[in-house]
Amino acid sequence: MAGSDTVSRASADGGAPDTVKILIAGGFGVGKTTLVGSVSEIRPLRTEEPLTMAGLDVDDLEGVEEKRVTTVAMDFGRITVSGDLVLYLFGTPGQQRFWFMWNDLAHGALGAVVLVDVRRPKSSFAAIDFFERRGIPFVVAVNGFHGEHPYPVEDIREALTLPADVPVLLCDARERESSRDVLIALIDLLIAQAAAAAG
Amino acid sequence: MGGSDPSGRLVRPFTLTGGRTRPSRADFTLITTVTTADPQPETAARPQPEHTRILRLCVRPMAVAELAARLDLPVSVVVIMLCDLLEAGRITVRPPRPVTTPDPDLLQKVREGLGRL
Ligand SMILES: Nc1nc2c(ncn2[C@@H]2O[C@H](COP(=O)(O)OP(=O)(O)OP(=O)(O)O)[C@@H](O)[C@H]2O)c(=O)[nH]1
Ligand SMILES: [Mg+2]
Repeated sequence: MAGSDTVSRASADGGAPDTVKILIAGGFGVGKTTLVGSVSEIRPLRTEEPLTMAGLDVDDLEGVEEKRVTTVAMDFGRITVSGDLVLYLFGTPGQQRFWFMWNDLAHGALGAVVLVDVRRPKSSFAAIDFFERRGIPFVVAVNGFHGEHPYPVEDIREALTLPADVPVLLCDARERESSRDVLIALIDLLIAQAAAAAG
Repeated sequence: MGGSDPSGRLVRPFTLTGGRTRPSRADFTLITTVTTADPQPETAARPQPEHTRILRLCVRPMAVAELAARLDLPVSVVVIMLCDLLEAGRITVRPPRPVTTPDPDLLQKVREGLGRL
């Protein structure tokens, strides 16, 4: 059996693990769900939330029949990091009109991975802007569709006007190890930031 | 009406929550873990069927987002039911780790866990 820490915790809340989360963000169709699925220990789960009118532009509501409820889907995966610590990965909704949801999702996140489709890097520009403005730590992972990386990291950094302190990596969102390495790069960034803050 | 309407599934949940659409407690985040209280309070009234499903699923700790996905209900609806269950003493909850100034030990633990994947 485990130590006294676990015992006292069990009496409080049935031995529930600590939980942390990381967001997987980026433009529409850049491979967010694919990345979550490749590293998650469970098949990515999905929840659908009915949208309140408040979150939508008037344009989005045009043509919506009275009785239909618009929903926004969010998918996520899980990695049990150790017996008492679980990491959740949340894929943010890619469609631009759903980005108001990101505020909620970002709250309490360790940081974010912004996935970039190598063929259309600018589609993830708004995601980068979102995390930059809020001071949420992030790394940029360039998903080489078909496993190809025609451009060097520096070209992509330049195209996205990324500051030098934002790590940029090449990845293949379909590969477990590649996706894991992207997450490790984010954690390494957080460790470096924590060390810098501690002086 | 409802029956064959593809959105019928979404109309029903709000009847489960007595018409309320807003949680009375803000302390359920997506990654708050919920565990069924053992033993259950003796004085509590018999739980309604959806509550019973939650109590079964949370015999082992489960995060709110995961619970919602497994129940196939929106998170907002599940949270309302969880508020009721918490008030009735039928569940215990564990909030996520605060991350405003992430603890280096926590980060190291995540780093090592990922390294083992
Ligand atoms: N060939 C190839 N296809 C990929 C890769 N990553 C994703 N895909 C495919 O691209 C499509 C979009 O990937 P998703 O993972 O669904 O992208 P997403 O970012 O979750 O999309 P939204 O949630 O709709 O914004 C899917 O059909 C994937 O199978 C890749 O690295 N190579
Ligand atoms: Mg997706």
